[in-house]
Amino acid sequence: MSRTLSYLDELEAESIFLIRQAVAQSENPVLLYSIGKDSTVMLELALRAFAPMPLPFPLLHIDTTWKFREMIEFRDQTAKRLGLNLIVHTNQEGLHAGVSPFSSGSARYTDIMKTDALKQALSAGRFDLAFGGARRDEEKSRAKERIFSFRDAHHRWDPRNQRPELWNLFNTKKRVGESIRVFPLSNWTELDVWRYIQREDLAVVPLYFAQERPVVERNGQLFMVDDERFPLNPGERPEFRKIRFRTLGCYPLSAGVPSEAQTIEDILQEMETTRTSERVGRVIDFDQGASMERKKQEGYF
Amino acid sequence: MNGEEKTVLRFLTCGSVDDGKSTLIGHLLAKTGNLYDDQIANLEKESSQLGNAGGQVDYSLLLDGLEAERHQGITIDVAYRYFETPKRKFIVADTPGHEQYTRNMATGASLAQAALILVDATRGVLPQTRRHALICSQMGIPHLAFVVNKMDLAGWNQQRFDAVREACLLVGQSLLSAGFNPGEITVLPVSALLGDQLTTHSDNLAWFQGPSVLEWLETRDTTPPELPLRLAVQGVLKLAERRYTGRILGGSVAQGDRVELFPSGKTVTVKALYGPKKELSKAEEGASVALVFDENLDVERGDGVFAPGAVPPPNELFKVRIVWMQNEPLIAGRSFDFQSIYGPALVEVIRLDGRFELGSYQKNSAQQLGLNEVGEAVVLISRPLPLEPYGHFKEGGSFLFIDRKTNATAGCGMVLHPMRRSQNVVWQEHAIDKPLRAELLHQKPLVVWLTGLSGSGKSTLADLVERSLYNQGYKTMLLDGDNLRHGLNKDLGFTERDRVENIRRSAEAAKLLTDAGLVVLVCLISPYREDRKMARVLFEQGEFVEVWVDTPLEECERRDPKGLYKKARAGLLPNFTGINSPYEKPEEPEIHLKTSGKTPEELANEILEYLKGRL
Repeated sequence: MSRTLSYLDELEAESIFLIRQAVAQSENPVLLYSIGKDSTVMLELALRAFAPMPLPFPLLHIDTTWKFREMIEFRDQTAKRLGLNLIVHTNQEGLHAGVSPFSSGSARYTDIMKTDALKQALSAGRFDLAFGGARRDEEKSRAKERIFSFRDAHHRWDPRNQRPELWNLFNTKKRVGESIRVFPLSNWTELDVWRYIQREDLAVVPLYFAQERPVVERNGQLFMVDDERFPLNPGERPEFRKIRFRTLGCYPLSAGVPSEAQTIEDILQEMETTRTSERVGRVIDFDQGASMERKKQEGYF
Repeated sequence: MNGEEKTVLRFLTCGSVDDGKSTLIGHLLAKTGNLYDDQIANLEKESSQLGNAGGQVDYSLLLDGLEAERHQGITIDVAYRYFETPKRKFIVADTPGHEQYTRNMATGASLAQAALILVDATRGVLPQTRRHALICSQMGIPHLAFVVNKMDLAGWNQQRFDAVREACLLVGQSLLSAGFNPGEITVLPVSALLGDQLTTHSDNLAWFQGPSVLEWLETRDTTPPELPLRLAVQGVLKLAERRYTGRILGGSVAQGDRVELFPSGKTVTVKALYGPKKELSKAEEGASVALVFDENLDVERGDGVFAPGAVPPPNELFKVRIVWMQNEPLIAGRSFDFQSIYGPALVEVIRLDGRFELGSYQKNSAQQLGLNEVGEAVVLISRPLPLEPYGHFKEGGSFLFIDRKTNATAGCGMVLHPMRRSQNVVWQEHAIDKPLRAELLHQKPLVVWLTGLSGSGKSTLADLVERSLYNQGYKTMLLDGDNLRHGLNKDLGFTERDRVENIRRSAEAAKLLTDAGLVVLVCLISPYREDRKMARVLFEQGEFVEVWVDTPLEECERRDPKGLYKKARAGLLPNFTGINSPYEKPEEPEIHLKTSGKTPEELANEILEYLKGRL
């Protein structure tokens, strides 16, 4: 629509517009903060949408207890530095039942420690709107989702019956218990996110940059041994390899890639030449064909 | 390469089922190097398992991301894909072809700047082709390309292409003569499956001199028409100096500019403006800003900020085009929640002005507008708004109809022009008004609206209540639904449309009587929540007392004072409430009378108790 704005400026303006709209059209919003690069950009845009006022909603992090340690450090530093209201929620029942990505299988683990945990936290906080940092270019079922996406009282998404979303008019009418998820970065690509991080000089988790890290190779993928809970096979020993991560999550489910990229410039250059998508490293995307859609129907972000 | 300098084009692909929309986009992504190796490998694997391309790579699997779509080989909802070439960035909406998913196609079309309407060279122009061309031009997409696909199956034959091309151009012609403005129309031959004419010129189609699809997309001019400043306020940052947030929808704004506000009509000076990161001296169309004015005014969300003199005259009555999006058809008389850039309101459809037929695009008279149908209507908005013709300014001329029962987006509207009733039919202010009339009567006017099944006891109770009020010296009037049907409403039957009108007239009559200062009792089955709400909004806060006369159906049927249940059971009365037409229970009535086991006098007393101190 713009006459003179650059592409990044236009994306920024659109996202800020969406965030302001969502807050004005809800009672009790929350921002799902997952610590990665997309969350970093989303948080920055949310701050800019209301500056110099403080952020008018809390952040929610679903802590599976299996996140990279550097992510948790980054999360706590960020919350402290910006004076944010951060809610951290863990599915205690799952934790006590010993659900883990190694022993329970990635699908069941994701259901309990991510999806169920998220639903618990959203219900407990009585949040009627939740921001997520998902982008439509990430994955096929995300490419199908509305920017303002309706959820029933059980947090479920019905992909076959989405509300029409015309122009920039967002129908957020809902009954008690129902909610809306809002994806202000819908129109951003992975490249846009990095270009913005570079231009705005935003801090990201150091795991995005290449460094010697202790890894083991499983099915051709490189997993970082982030703590002593990583069950090594007999005779298996972590070796130090120079890797970085394109997406972050739970360390047993996020594979790294060999890389020399030390700076955001390096990352951008690497992206110009790379031949694989960022989601190659995400184990849960490959559980079955339409796996993300099923998780989303159940309430996953 | 620096992505920042590039322009963006939002476009959509549409057309009938199996005309190859998803295949075209998938192949375009592959040809422009916008697919990663793992995506291609995955695609090849899935093509052999699920593909419908006869051994070729099935590019549609890249876009049909929902499980149901992949298994049925169809597109249900719009998918958005992002790709770039050295010249431009693209956001493409791949939209479904099935008629039943037309509303999802409209979703993709609403923000598009160009459209590729696919046509199968072997089948030619189909009804869905015509429907999509209609919706594209109605949505104001300025660049349309009919992409004649499957030229390989048509033997790369120029005569075949020319014949289809003629048919496509004819679609454009008939749109024009039906009063639409389809903008630029081009016809391009391709083979989406084999890739001919997608990005480069094809030897198979050497006789074609025009651009490839990609060339066409890369060269469309996307500069929007220049407009004076328009901004709708999104919110207020409550600092010592209030900042009003919003996105510049047209024009630009600079520090020191004079701007005119809607609805206050005041003109103020922009003292400062802020961008995402810092204070600015000027901001352009598309920017999200926060404005500070030199006067502290009462400005709120939904207010408009315009260049001085550029505020369109606020109006309540508009001629609009509609795309209907829910199963329950649109009929005149229905009202909905209204959503536009100017904040909430109600909208009532005063009259349907016809429905566009797909074959000819001619407008024929219609009693209703069904799912996926396109028509014209006159609507009344509950407060004056500065809406503009959609063709002139999209954001200021578009709105949603939201169903008040289900909260669903029931349809969308595009303003054609304001209607002049507001100017010509002036509301006369007279010296004696409602408060003065009421004062003389020593009472507060009020309407007691009794709703409930036929035979629930509404008339009996109203009668008892009125007698008691009369004896206490109150000035009253009783409107009985049955009696009104002998006079004021005698031209109305029992179709849905007539029932809505029956309630509207009864409510308006009650309103006139409260204006006269009277206490009014209304007995009407009024089975639909929405209609009771329509009545309620006519009255002032606290003036409308909804009484639910809650008698179980079995009891009403046992009483059957007018013998109507018997007739209804015998199939002689269609649409009889409780038997073959629903009664929607009031959610929050002022008085809920559970009649079982109580005498009429006891029940009347419950109403009188409530009214004590309110009259």
